[in-house]
Order: sequence, then structure tokens, then C-alpha cells
Amino acid sequence: MKISVSLTVNGKPVSAEVESRTLLVEFLRDRLQLTGTHVGCDTAQCGACTVLLDGKPAKSCNVLAVQAQGAAVTTIEGLATDGALHPMQAAFRKNHGLQCGFCTPGMVMAAVGIAGQYKDPTEAQIREALDGNFCRCTGYHNIVKAVKEGLAGMKA
Amino acid sequence: MTDTTTREKPAAAPERAAKPTGPIGSRVERKEDARFLTGAGQYTDDVTLPHQAYASFVRSTHAHARLKAVRTDAARRAPGVLAVYTGADVPATVGGLPCGWLITGTDGKPMKEPKHPILAQGKVRYVGDPVAIVVADTPVQAKEAADLVEVDYEELPSVVDVRDATRKGAPAVHDEAPDNVCYVWALGDKAAVDAAFAKAAHVTTLEFVNNRLIPNAIEPRACNASYSRADDSYTLYVANQNPHVERLLMTAFVLGLPEHKVRVIAPDVGGGFGSKIYLYAEETVCVWASKLVGRPIKWTAERSESFLADAHGRDHVTKAELALDKDGHFLALRVKTSAAMGAYLSTFASCIPTILYATLLAGQYTTPAIHCEVTAVFTNTAPVDAYRGAGRPEATYVVERLVATAAREMKLAQDEIRRRNFIRKFPYATPVALTYDTGDYEACLDGAMKLADAAGFPKRREEAAKRGKLRGLGYSSYIEACGLAPSNVAGALGARAGLFEAGEVRVHPTGKVTVFTGSHSHGQGHETTFAQVVAGRLGISVDDVDVVHGDTGRIPFGMGTYGSRSIAVGGTAIMKAVDKIVAKGRKIAAHLMEVSDADVEFRDGKFTVKGTDKNVPFAQVALTAYVPHNYPLDKLEPGLDETAFYDPTNFTYPAGTHICEVEVDPETGETKIVSFSACDDFGNVINPMIVEGQVHGGVAQGIGQALLEGCVYDRESGQLLTGSYMDYAMPRAADLPSFKVDTRVTPCTHNPLGVKGCGEAGAIGAPAAVINAICEAIGVKDVEMPATSERVWRAARSAKSGR
Amino acid sequence: MHAFGYYDPTSVAKATGIAADKADGKYLAGGQSLLAAMKLSLAEPSDLIDLGRVAELRGIKADAAAITIGAMTRHSEVAASPEVGSRIPALAMLAGMIGDLQVRNRGTLGGSLANDDPASDYPAAALGLGATISTEKRQIAADDFFKGLFETALAPGELIVSVTFPVPKKAAYVKFRNPASRFAIVGVFAAQTAKGPRVAVTGAGARGVFRVKAMEEALARDWSPKALDGLTVAQSEMQSDLHASAEYRAHLVSVLARRAVAAA
Repeated sequence: MKISVSLTVNGKPVSAEVESRTLLVEFLRDRLQLTGTHVGCDTAQCGACTVLLDGKPAKSCNVLAVQAQGAAVTTIEGLATDGALHPMQAAFRKNHGLQCGFCTPGMVMAAVGIAGQYKDPTEAQIREALDGNFCRCTGYHNIVKAVKEGLAGMKA
Repeated sequence: MTDTTTREKPAAAPERAAKPTGPIGSRVERKEDARFLTGAGQYTDDVTLPHQAYASFVRSTHAHARLKAVRTDAARRAPGVLAVYTGADVPATVGGLPCGWLITGTDGKPMKEPKHPILAQGKVRYVGDPVAIVVADTPVQAKEAADLVEVDYEELPSVVDVRDATRKGAPAVHDEAPDNVCYVWALGDKAAVDAAFAKAAHVTTLEFVNNRLIPNAIEPRACNASYSRADDSYTLYVANQNPHVERLLMTAFVLGLPEHKVRVIAPDVGGGFGSKIYLYAEETVCVWASKLVGRPIKWTAERSESFLADAHGRDHVTKAELALDKDGHFLALRVKTSAAMGAYLSTFASCIPTILYATLLAGQYTTPAIHCEVTAVFTNTAPVDAYRGAGRPEATYVVERLVATAAREMKLAQDEIRRRNFIRKFPYATPVALTYDTGDYEACLDGAMKLADAAGFPKRREEAAKRGKLRGLGYSSYIEACGLAPSNVAGALGARAGLFEAGEVRVHPTGKVTVFTGSHSHGQGHETTFAQVVAGRLGISVDDVDVVHGDTGRIPFGMGTYGSRSIAVGGTAIMKAVDKIVAKGRKIAAHLMEVSDADVEFRDGKFTVKGTDKNVPFAQVALTAYVPHNYPLDKLEPGLDETAFYDPTNFTYPAGTHICEVEVDPETGETKIVSFSACDDFGNVINPMIVEGQVHGGVAQGIGQALLEGCVYDRESGQLLTGSYMDYAMPRAADLPSFKVDTRVTPCTHNPLGVKGCGEAGAIGAPAAVINAICEAIGVKDVEMPATSERVWRAARSAKSGR
Repeated sequence: MHAFGYYDPTSVAKATGIAADKADGKYLAGGQSLLAAMKLSLAEPSDLIDLGRVAELRGIKADAAAITIGAMTRHSEVAASPEVGSRIPALAMLAGMIGDLQVRNRGTLGGSLANDDPASDYPAAALGLGATISTEKRQIAADDFFKGLFETALAPGELIVSVTFPVPKKAAYVKFRNPASRFAIVGVFAAQTAKGPRVAVTGAGARGVFRVKAMEEALARDWSPKALDGLTVAQSEMQSDLHASAEYRAHLVSVLARRAVAAA
């Protein structure tokens, strides 16, 4: 079943015909060539596919593209503005919050989303808020540092 | 294992400064981060080629079965399907997937090496064993058609546990090994060990399981294989840690293709941890099929497939005994291990529980006599191979669990028993074939105790007890052999490959530099660390050095990245190429300044006439090499591009002490890591930020093994029970504390950078530290890994009722 | 994922009308369990009726005695709701413990209850608070709603519209989570309600969420953790799997019940 879907991706309007079963992540990667959003599992747990859906982190492997009808989607490609890294991206870089880079887009998008959903989170809250994002490289130590700093940077 | 008589001088004075200068030793932010943080990374699945086709594999649903029929008609007729191939379609000229290390057993016979077909032939031997490939226009079509392949299985009895596999009458995984034994191998002086045990004042005995782990790099394995009719060549994109080895094994041993007609590209790779070292069936089948189909074939594993068909790690069952004198000095160590190989021998499976395990059983101690016997066993499971640490975590677990237990039994402090037995004189030849070049184990122990505030522990334990909680402090003083490896030594031990590394340093006319390394970065940050090394040596900016890795079409050769070898072996190869650049540059500079070569030294990016200010900068020399107008063309070729191959003279021996503090809730068994401290000696450190990151990640995996992760197959059916993240517990941020890390430095004596490697230390040291802490907290001798809440609760309950 | 028909009605009436038409249709609420199951071919509905556009299914209304939450209200909205947080903090906390941040931003109350996963959190709150589940045609007491593993009193095509949670005198939820899935190995919701104490357990029971009457009776006499000393649930009625044996789950029920009462 083909359905036409219109949404905003990284600030730009997008319209397309998709199959009902097309996942949002497939739409982003295969149709829009936004390959920064990754797929790391098939049980909606690893969070590598996290994007902002109307400003809130969601796992794009567990959302149908048609469910994003009319929504605003932000992917990792849409975070930097005019070539300047978003404060969260900058904080990840400065604090070595990434190694292989595969979980990174989802991790950064989840971290950006924390800002809207937690007020001045503690380290423990940051760790809990990252429960939906697996990283196999960093042991999370530097990710947590980066998120703290990135959240502070987003306020500034 | 090797003598370091041909040791290289650590510094070839006077050009090499005694202390690292410039970017070497600095916390340089990573060059690769810009693309990873903006979604511009290019992982294998991100590469889509013109006329792309997609593959899906039909996998065995049984642990052991005879293939009576594989019917592909319906799948072939399905929409978009281009081809379906089964084991029967694979020509007889195609070989099995090879094992790269020949182990010779105690009986003098070579290990059993049953054929590992790229698609199952006759029988399937584990759940997930590839039976057929379906190629179609889209991934969905391929997957839906794969569901239409009908396989008639005649189920056979299976065995998934090493203990079951060696019992009399156990089902045989392979006809060639009716008792399921791949080899029985031993190392050490058995008579000396027996004699020492006979006179021991105390013997500590432990029997335990080193739990099977599933590596779980977050990027699933993937490949994209294409064939070009234009020049009869193949290109393979593959998520892999060592593309040259992949190519060599695939062309020479399996597909019989000319090596120079195959280009293997391992682009950005999302973590490996060992699991992407190996030549797997899937990419081999895709390469083979790409010519038949005439279109590029992409395959990306779903995570469920990764669980079933990535090589797993660990899976040992061990009995270990430590003999001590009355003062707690170690007299001898006796170890007997059964190690699972899985259904087939993966690329390096055979050397993990032998060469990388038994040789490390001396640990940091002067134990004079050690004997280890290893039985490698086939089981109806996914193959087992190297996973971060590979043999060395298992060895450390044996040694450090024994040492901690012996200390408790003999009422010695954990640090004291270690201090009494530390090796203090170097080089030190162990009774298990290695020669440690250097180290200062007490410095790391002291450092870790300081980080962990060991002195304040009794107070913290008391405070926790008031809340009804049990605290324990667990030590683990590990050693590892890294920087694999002297090729001649490895060859004598059965390696079927060399273990050198290659590096090419290309100086461009403007003085910018491209480095081509045979090492591969899949998270380790080589693009930064190697650039620091080259920039520091050449006195140029890190921004002016780019590092290229992971492409057989661009890099001379490479053995890849595993065994914490990249900086020690790959980095040294690059340094040697840089040395050649400097040597040639000196000749060019001497010509320009009209002095003799011997009068020119290279310092701070300038070729200077000794004792004067007269100099030419590096960039001018580079330009001159490519615009050789004023140039000694009679004596010197133009250009400035040098390649070096480096074969190490010894292993490197990173070592350190990890201390874990846990708090156990005895009512539920819930165990929290309240602090984890690691003090490591990696030799000289090029980028402390990156090194700390490697420690953090390794420790997290070690804690994962100790507390959370365990691969479980159903003992009856052979089905994988932990086949997704719903059942296989991955460490998450909330499961871990922030880590306290520090380093001590004894530079490696036999490579010019004085480096040892840092990638695996965390995974090696941590498990024993965690389990020792739990045992200390609840007062038991052992808790099986992963120490789940239920296991800890049961152990705590039995300890309480026993008191 | 298999192909399916897709509908996105804008009212409950339209949604139930479409459902009545489709033999094997399923409502798509937050989709956090359903889509995951469909990807693994564990569920293969012929049609999905997306409730995302049905405005009347959303929102939180509070009065003195109860809070009524629309079925399509996301977990994160319940967790962050000042009304829920002030009147039934245990419910807000429970919602904040479901899955992870991303799951909470998509998953819904109605979806969770309709799915009735034996290890999910919301059933414990619904049963522990004595909630009332309203559908397009009737009201169902939580005590009559949960029928076992992934089974409820909902008739085919029947749609949860809202759930009404009576405000308790006090309540707490204590969850011992599965280290892999983050579902509950055992979760205990204890509440002192207007009609007396209620203790509901999720994750542990072999037949899904259940109440522990013996504990409720003991708490009716004396609302204190001590009152629960010695009270256990039968191991034979507990779930046993890779992650926890029936014996351990039964033990945890007692421990967590005491802790929940203490925390309430």
C-alpha cells in the first residue's frame, strides 16, 4: 500500500510516496540519503537510529514513515548550523565522547533531546536518560561528560 | 617465547629528542570526529553502488541437522529475485574458510581442521549456519524470498556445552573429530609443577567458567561486493579490521582469485573488538556471487543475525590450582582448560586459548613453575574466536581469581600477596615462553590503590553495613602480550601469516603529508594518533597530516588491527618510513646548503647545519624533492615518499592494576559498581585522551562480562536463547560508574616510540577485579560470571547460612 | 516487515469503524512493542489503524478523586505531568521508568494496557490503583481487565479511550528491572486506596499481572513493611526464565513489596 507523506526534515519540506511498512529510518537513509542515522539492532533498543521527532528523541527504526506525516524530523545532518557544530556535537568532540562513531548520531540526538525533557539533570539522571542508547566503545564515561557540557552549552 | 637480544635502541640519538615534543603526548582532539559528529561517516551500509542488488541469507534453524533437500524454486520465482545459491551451487574448486594458526597437539599431531564451507554442504552445524543466499533488487525482496526457500532438515543430536561435548557418547560435530576434540595442547614443565605442589604449604583451587560473550559492535557486519567485466576485477567493501588479510585469505585459500584483482575496502567501521578480524562466509559468498549475478551485492546483517553468526568470544571451563609456601610465595600454577571452538574453526580460533592464553599465566609474578593443558572442543554453536583481549582476559581471570582467593585463605592483604610475588627484575623470562622486557608492577598497584582510596575502604564498608549493604574491594593485576608479533616466533608456533606491519609516508610537494597504514581504525583514533606521531617527528601541524587506512588499493600491505598492535607495530612502521623521509630530506638539505650529509641534523621541522642557525625548512625540502632543479639527481631519486615494513622483535607487555569497589544488596543480590580504578602502564602515551577512552571502553566490556553479559544456548535444542538485546544484557550508561584512570610509564624497550598498546587492557583486567570484589563483599569463594543479581543473591544466602 | 494496509482516522468512531471492517487489523498506538514485533514477524496484522491523529484520545484530566488519562497519552507526558506528579507521584514515577527516553516519547498508556505484556509496568499501576479502563462502549475495572499473558478483556476491535486512576492516600512502585530488556523482572505497586490497600505485581506471575491478597489483608491491619514479614507468593505461580527463576522472583516480590510500602 503506497501512501503519500509530507514532513519537514532538517527544516526542509519533503514529500514522497512510501509503502506503509517503510520505517522512518529507511525513509531517511534510502530515500533521502541521510545515512548519518544508523541501524544497530532490530529490537528498537540500541538507539543508533535516534532522531528528533517534533523535538523529542525517538527511535526512527520503530516509527513508520507515515507516522511522521506532518511532523518535523531532525537528524544528525541537521544539527550543525552554517558549518558550526551544535554545542552538543562540540562537547562530544572536546570530551572524546565518541570512538567508532556508529552510535554517535543517535547518542548526540538523544543527548540534545535531554535538554527539553530534564531540568539540570544530575549525572545519574543523564545516565538514565541514555538508557536507550548503546555504546560499545567508550564505556559512556566521556559521553556523560560531554552531555553535561553540551547541555550547559545549549543554555549559553 | 622470544629473546630480546636484538633489541633496538629506544632513541636513535641525536635526532630524536629524549622527551616527546610537540603533539606527541598531547590531548589532541580527534581528526575523524568532524565527520562522525555530522553524519558524514561512510560505513559499509552507507555505500550504495550503481545497479545495487541486495542479499539475504537463509540460515539453519537447527543446531545440527542433515540437509535432505534445499528447494529454491519458489524463491527464484519471487518478485525481484536475481539469484538463489545453495552449497550445492558452490563449485568444488572453492575452498573452505581457513584457520590461520596451526596448533600441534601433545600427541604431535596437527589440530583437526574440518572443512568450513561458505554455504552449508550436507549438514548444518549451528543455528545460523548459512544455507543459501538470495539476491534481489531490494533488501525486502531478498528477505521475503529467503523465507520461501524450503529446507528439509533431518535433525541430529547436538551439543553446545564444552563439558557435554567431551563426554563419552556425545554427538560428534564433525566426523573427523568423533570425540569433538580439535586438539589437546600443553605448555610448561609438568614435572616441576607436580614437584612444587607436593611440597606446598597451601594450595588454592578454583573451578570456573569463563562465560561466552557476543561481541556486539554496534555496527552490524556488512559487505558490498562488485565485479567489473572491464578488467576482471572485484571490489569488496566490508566492515573488517584487516582488509589485506581478508583479501589474502579469500583469494588464496577460498575463491582462488588472483589477489591483485581484488580490492578490499574497509571504510568507516563501527567497532570490531575482534569480531571483524575474520574472513566470514557472507562476504565470501557475496564476492563469489557478484560475478555470477553481474551486479554489486550488498548484505548488512540484522542484529539477530549478528547474534547468531558473528564469532563469539571466551567460553572456557577451567580448573586451576595455585601452590604457595607458608609465606604466600607462589610455587607453581596448574591449569586445565576446555575451550569451545564452536562448529568450525574461525580465522584465529585455535591460537586464542593456547598462544594468547597459556603464555600469560605467569601474570606479573615470579611463579617458577607453570603447566597448562588446553583441550579445544567442537560444539554446535557459532564459532569462537578473539574478542577484545582474546585469551588474555581468560588468563588474567585464572591468575587473579586464584591470587585473590589465596590471599583470603591465607589471611594476607590483597596488595601484600601481590607485592610478595611481583617480578622486579627485567628482562624476565617466564616459565611459559615469554620474556617481559620491562615493567614496574608495584607502581601501578600503588597508583590504583591511591585512585581507589583503598586506605579509606574499611570506613566505607562500615558505613554501607549500617545501610544493610555489603561492600567489597577487588584487585586485579593483569599483564598482556600485545604488539603481535615477531613473525618468526609466531611462525614457529604455528602462525600461517606474518605479523609485521607496513606504513607509507607520502610527503607532497607542499610539505603536506599523507600516511598510508596497514593498521585499521574502527574507533581507536589512528587518524589522529598516527598524525600526531608523524607531525611531531616532522615538526609540522597535525592538520597537515592525513592518515589513510583500510583499502588494499591504496595501502602497500597491512596485517590490520587486533591484539593492541596498532601503535606498537603499525606506528613503528610509520616511524621507520618517517626515518627514511628524514634521511633522504637530510641529503636534499645538505645539497641545498652545500654541506655534507653528516653535518645536517633535523630538529623542529628544520634541517639545520649542526652548530649553526643555517637551515632549510621541511616544506622547502619537500618542494625541492618534487621540483628537482637544484638537486643531486646523480645520487638521489626525486620525490619524497617512503615505505617501511616493521616486524617486531618481541611482544609488548602492558600491565597494570585494576581495583573495583562494589556494593551488594544482600536482599536482592543487586550489585552496583561504586567505583572502578585503573592504573596502567602502556609505555609512552601518544594521546592521553584517546588512551583513557580505550581504557574506559575496555573496562566497560570487562564489567559487562562480569556482571551482565552471557551467551546462552539451550542445552537440549541448541537454540540461542540470548539472541537479541531483549535477552543479552549490554552495559548501558546507568550500569556503570565514572572511571578513575591513571598511568605509569616504563617505556617499551624494543620499539622507537617506547609504546606498548592500550586497547584491550580494560577488558583483560576488569572481570577479575569485579568478581573478586563481589566475593570479598559477600564472603564467598566464587560467583559465576555474569554475576547476575540472582547468582549473587544465592551466593550471599549460602554464605550467610554457612556462617 | 510484511506489507499491511494503513489508516489514520481522526476520531474514535472512525477508528472503531475501520477496525470492525478488518478481520486482522490492529490499532497502532505508540507502536513501541507492535512495530518491533512486526519487524521480527512476531506479529503480522493485515491492517494498521493509526491512532496518532485521534485528538480525543489524548490528554490528562484531574479532579479531586481521580485522574483520567487519554489512551494515546505518551509515557513521557504522564511522567512530566504536574497533575499526575502532585496527586499520584507513584504513577508519574512509574511512567518515567518505562523502557527508555525514546520509548517513553512514543509509547502510550492505552497501547501498554492493551498489549498486556506480563513484564510491563502500567498494568501494575492500573491494578494497584484499582483503575477503570474506558472503551468506546463500556467501562472495565482493572480487576476484570487483565486476563493473562498478552490477553485482556477487550473484545476484537474494542478500543481503550481513557483510563481513570483513583487518587490513593499513598502509593509507590518499586521495579527490579531486567538488565537486558529494561522490562520488570518484578515490579510491585503498593497503594493505600480509599477502598483499602492494594498490592499489584508485574513481571513475576506466570499468568501476568496479579494482586497479592494476603499482603493487602495484612496491610489493611497495619500499613507498614513489617506487616508483610513472612508473607510470600507461591513459587509455582511465578514465571521462570533465563533471567530469573520462580524462586528468585517469589523472593523479590516479598522484598519489593516491603520496599514499596516503605516508600509510599
